[in-house]
Amino acid sequence: MSTPAMWCGQSVERVEDAALLTGRGRFIDDLGVKPGTLHAAILRSPHAHARVKAIRADPARQAPGVAAVLTGEDVTKLCASLVVGVKAPIECWPIATDRVRYVGEPVAVVVAASRYVAEDAVDLIEVDYEALPAVVDPLAALDTAQPVLHEGLRGNLASERSFCYGDPEGTFAHAAHRVSVTIRYPRNSCTPMETYGVVAEYDVGEDAYDVLANFMGPFSLHAVMARALKVPGGRFRLRTPPDSGGSFGVKQGVFPYIVLMGVASRATGRPVKWVEDRLEHLAASVSATNRVTVLDAAVDADGRVRALAWDQVEDVGAHIRAPEPATLYRMHGNLTGAYDIRHVSVRNRVVLTNKAPTGLNRGFGGPQVYYALERLMQRIAIELGLDPVEVIRRNLIPSGAFPYKTATGATLDSGDYAKAFENALADGGFAALREKQKEARAQGRVYGIGLTAAVEPSVSNMGYITTVLTPEERRKAGPKNGAQATATVALDPLGGVSVHVASVPQGQGHRTVLAQIVADALGLKPADIRVITEMDTARDAWSIASGNYSSRFAAATGGAAHLAAGKIKAKLARIAGAQLNVAANEVEFADGKARARGNPDNAVAFSRLAAASHWSPGLVPVENQALRETVFWTPPELTPPSANDEINSSLCHAFIFDFCGVEIDRTTCAVRIDKYVTMHDCGRILHPGMVAGQITGGFAHALGAALYEEYAYGPDGSFLTGTFADYLVPTAMEVPNPVILHLETPSPFTPLGTKGVGEGNCMSTPVCIANAVADALGVAEINLPLSPAKIAAHLHGAERTPRKPQAKPVAGKGRTLHGSGQAQAAAPPQAVWAMLLDPKTLAAIIPGCHGVERLSDTHFRAEVTLGVGPVTGRYKADIVLSDLTAPKAVTLTGVVTGALGNGGGTGRITLAATDDGGTTLAYEYDAEVGGKVAAIGGRLLDGAARIVIRQFFAALARHTGGKKPGYLARLFGRGA
Amino acid sequence: MPRLSAERRHRVRFTLNGSAVEAEAEPRMLLTDFLRHELGMTGTHVGCEHGVCGACTIEINGVPARACLTLAVQADGATIRTVEALAPEPGRLSILQEAFRRHHALQCGFCTAGILMSLDNYLRQRPNPTEENLRVFLGGHLCRCTGYVPILAAAMDAAKRLREVPANA
Ligand code: FES
Ligand code: FES
Repeated sequence: MSTPAMWCGQSVERVEDAALLTGRGRFIDDLGVKPGTLHAAILRSPHAHARVKAIRADPARQAPGVAAVLTGEDVTKLCASLVVGVKAPIECWPIATDRVRYVGEPVAVVVAASRYVAEDAVDLIEVDYEALPAVVDPLAALDTAQPVLHEGLRGNLASERSFCYGDPEGTFAHAAHRVSVTIRYPRNSCTPMETYGVVAEYDVGEDAYDVLANFMGPFSLHAVMARALKVPGGRFRLRTPPDSGGSFGVKQGVFPYIVLMGVASRATGRPVKWVEDRLEHLAASVSATNRVTVLDAAVDADGRVRALAWDQVEDVGAHIRAPEPATLYRMHGNLTGAYDIRHVSVRNRVVLTNKAPTGLNRGFGGPQVYYALERLMQRIAIELGLDPVEVIRRNLIPSGAFPYKTATGATLDSGDYAKAFENALADGGFAALREKQKEARAQGRVYGIGLTAAVEPSVSNMGYITTVLTPEERRKAGPKNGAQATATVALDPLGGVSVHVASVPQGQGHRTVLAQIVADALGLKPADIRVITEMDTARDAWSIASGNYSSRFAAATGGAAHLAAGKIKAKLARIAGAQLNVAANEVEFADGKARARGNPDNAVAFSRLAAASHWSPGLVPVENQALRETVFWTPPELTPPSANDEINSSLCHAFIFDFCGVEIDRTTCAVRIDKYVTMHDCGRILHPGMVAGQITGGFAHALGAALYEEYAYGPDGSFLTGTFADYLVPTAMEVPNPVILHLETPSPFTPLGTKGVGEGNCMSTPVCIANAVADALGVAEINLPLSPAKIAAHLHGAERTPRKPQAKPVAGKGRTLHGSGQAQAAAPPQAVWAMLLDPKTLAAIIPGCHGVERLSDTHFRAEVTLGVGPVTGRYKADIVLSDLTAPKAVTLTGVVTGALGNGGGTGRITLAATDDGGTTLAYEYDAEVGGKVAAIGGRLLDGAARIVIRQFFAALARHTGGKKPGYLARLFGRGA
Repeated sequence: MPRLSAERRHRVRFTLNGSAVEAEAEPRMLLTDFLRHELGMTGTHVGCEHGVCGACTIEINGVPARACLTLAVQADGATIRTVEALAPEPGRLSILQEAFRRHHALQCGFCTAGILMSLDNYLRQRPNPTEENLRVFLGGHLCRCTGYVPILAAAMDAAKRLREVPANA
C-alpha cells in the first residue's frame, strides 16, 4: 500500500517564505490588539544584590495615561511563586519582592495607555535600595561565608548529587595514566532577533487567562504558569502567533513575563501588552549556564579511556527557574560522548549567584559537557605523546555496537561512528590540512588544528530532570518520563487536507516539512496540504512535551504527523476499496488519486474520497469515518531514571565529527578559521536545504560563543554586555562557510528514521575551535571566548602593569576611588558654609544638577546627569551631612544610583579662613563605584571624578567671588 | 526643520512605497514605531532599537537607513521605501526575493526585511559585486538563524540574474 517517498528528501521551496519575504509575516508585534489594550514597561534593578527598602511610585501612578504601577507587593498578592525544580526551601517570583538578586530583575511594572507613556512613568518611580555584597563566581558561591541569596538555604548551594556507574574508583586506582582538565565555560546566549512579546487578558467573570505570547515550549511550563496564576490548566489559555523571530531555546524564558502580564491584566481589568526591548533581553531574558568543570580520565598506555570522573559546578544565576537545573542533567546519559567508556563517577552541584537566571539555549548542556570532554581528549593525546586523531579513533564506540547502552544509561539508537569519522578525515581533506599546518609553521605562522567527536542528543525524555532528585525522592513524587508528540490530520468537506501540530516553530520551516511528510503519505503534493503551527492550548492536542526544543521536530512531531496521516489513509483505503471493488490493501495513493494497484484506471479522486465522510457518512462504515485523526506518540524507550540513576535522557543520538584549522594573527591576536569540516549523521534527512540551514546557523552561533560572545559580569555583579555593541554577535564578515558532510544511519526508534540536527554544532564547534587555538599556542588551559586579549597573553606574555597605580575592582564590590585636594574661595568661611548647606546654591553648583531637594537640615536629594567617558547617564544622589562644626568642617556621605551604575562614598571638607578674607577648602574622599560605569577603565573613572569635583568647586568659586569668575575658577581648579 | 513642541503631536507626511501617507506623531516617536503602529506597515522589524542589528533598515530618499535611529518627524517630506515595496505585484516575488527563497536564505525571517532593503539598494549601485564585497556590506546586519552562508549565496545569485534581466529589476 505504500508509495515511495517523493517529497521527503527534497529541498522544496518553503511555504513560509513568500509572506516573510514581502513583509507579511505575522509576528506577535504585527498583530493588532483589542481596543483598550494597555502597554507595560518594566522598571529593573540596577543592582546585582540589594534590599528594596522603599518604592515611591505615587508620582508614576498619578501621571496622565498610567493605569497602574505594580510592585512585588502587588504582584505577590495576585499570584503564587513559580514552582522550583529542586527540593529546596526557595521561591521564585516573576518580580523582585524584598530583594533584588541580579541586574535587570523586574522591580515594578507600569501599565499605561502607550509604551511611551509607560516608559516615562518608569522614570518617575523612586526606589531606595540598600546595596548588598554580590556573589558572582560559582566557586565562591560554594563558600558558606559568602552572602546568601535565598535565606531559606543556608548557603548558595541549591542541589548536590553524586553518581557512580561501574567501578570508577577501582579503574582509576589501576590506570596507567590520569589526565585532568579544569574548564570554566562562560555564559552566552543565542539572542533571537525578535525579543519576547506577551498580550495577556484576564476574564474576571470566568477567572480565566487568555494569553498570546511568542513562547516556544516546553509546555510542561504551562502547568507552572497556571499554578502561579492560581487557576486550573483549562483556565489558562496560551496561544502563540503564527510567526516567531527565532528562539534557539531562549523564548522559553518569556514564561515569567506571561505570569507578570497576566497579573497586570487582572489588576487593571484590561488586556496588557508587553514587548521586551533589546536591552532588557540582553540583561534579563535567559542565558546558558556558566559552569566550572573538573574532568579526570583514567587512561591506558595506548590512550584508551577506561573511566571518567566529572565534577560540575553549575551556575544557574539568581533563581532556579524552571526547567533548571535541566541544563546540567540534559546530557546525563551522554557524559561519555561518542566513546566506549564503562566507568563514570559524577558530582553535580548547582549554585546560585547574582546573575540573571538561566534557561534553554541552543545546545542546552552540550557545549559545557563537550568543552570539558574534548579538551580532555586533546590533553590525553598530548600528555601521552599520541596523535589526537588516534586517541579519538581508539575510543569511539565500535561500529556494530548499536543500539549501545552508555554507562550512565542512554541508549544510543544507531550510528556508525568509525565510518563517519574515517569518511570525514578522507573527504574533508585532513591530511592536506596537516600539510598546510606544517608549511605554515615552517614559515613561523601560528597555526593550529582542532578535532571534536560528539553525540548530539535529541527528543528529550521529560523524566531526565528528575535525575536531580534522589531515587527516594523520585519514588515519592512518582515516575516522570516520555516525550509526547502530537499531530492532527484533518479532511475538510472539499476534500482538502490540513495538519495541526503543537511544534511551535520559530523559523525552522516546520510547515514545509509537514506538508512534505503528509503529501508523501497520501500521494498528494505539498501544496495540497495546509499546515497550521500556531498553537492554542484551548483547542489543540498537546501535552507537556509539546513545543520546539531539544531538536525534537523531525524525529517526534514529524513522526507523529506521519502516523496520523497513516491512520487517515488506512480509513480512506477501506472506503476506496469498497468503491473500487478491491481489498483495502490493494488501494494505493498517488497523483491525487486512490487507485487499485496494477489498474490505475480504476481510481477515485482523493478529494472526493476525503470529502465522503462529511457528505455521505451513510455510505461509510462507522469505524471508517475519515474526518480527523490525532496521534499522540511517545517512544517506549524513554523510561524514567532507574533506581541506580541510569537515565535514557534522549531518544535519538546523532553523531558529529568536526575538525578545523585556525590561524592566529601575531599582531592582532585575532583567530581566523581557515577551514572547518563538520560531519553529521543525523539519521534520515527530510529536507537537505533546511538541514544545511540548521548546521550553518548552529555553526555561526557556536563561532560566536567560541570567539566573541559572553554575558560578562563585573566583580560586583554589574552587567557589562548590555547592548549589541558590547555583546558581539558574529556577522557575515566573521562566519566562514563550513564544509558539511553527511552519513545517514536512520534511527530505529522514530517513525521516519529521523534524528535532531539543530544543536550539534553548538556542542562540537566551540571546543573544536578551542582545541585548534590550544594547538596553535601550545597551551594546556584555555577558556572561551577566545578574545584577542586572552590570546595576547599567550603570544606576548602578560601585560605590563601601568606605572600609575589604578583603582582596582574588589570581588563582590565595585571599583574604589580615593582622592584629596584643596581649593580657594574668595568669600569668608561663614559665607561658603551657608552656600554649602543651601539647596538652591547646591543646585546651581553641582555639575549636571537638575535640582536639589532638602529632606531635612542635613539630608539632601539631588538628580544629576554625569558623563564618564562615553557613558552619560542620569543619577539620583542621596547626601547626608554629619559631624558638622560650623563653619569649619563637615562630612558628606552619599549614595548615587542610576541605570548605568551606582556608587557611594564619604568626603570630609574643612574650611579655613585665609589672611585676605577668603577661605581655603580642603577635602578628602573615599568612594566606591559599581555597575556599568565601573567597567570603564579606572583611569577614566578617576579622571571623571576629579573633573566633577573640580567643576563643583569652580562653580562654588563663581558663586562666592561673583566679579571675576574666570580668574577664581582657575584658582579653584588647582585642587581635585 | 521647524521647531517642534515636545508636548504636541505633529503632522508627518511622506511618500511611502509610492503613495502619499500622513499621520500624527510626537516629536520623539521613532520612525519604526510610526511605520509599524501608526501606518500599519509591519514588514519593517525592530531587533535592537540601537542601530546595530539592521532589521529596521529602510530606504529614505534612495539611501538605506536605520529606521530605529530616525524620528518620524525627520521623515516629513521624504520618499521612503520599505520591504512591502519590493515585490513587483501581489503573488510575485522580485528577483532578489526569489533568490532568497531558492537558497533558503531566511529561516525565521525577522532579519530579512532589513537585509533585503540593503541588498536591493546595493545591487542597484554595484551590479557586479564580489562575494567579498557582499560579505563586507552584509556585515551591517545581524542574522541569528542562517549563519549567513545561504544569504551570501542568494545575493550572489540575485546579482547574476539581475545582470541577465535588468528590465525585471
Ligand atoms: S532595530 Fe534598528 S538597527 Fe536594530
Ligand atoms: S532568518 Fe532569523 S534572524 Fe535571520
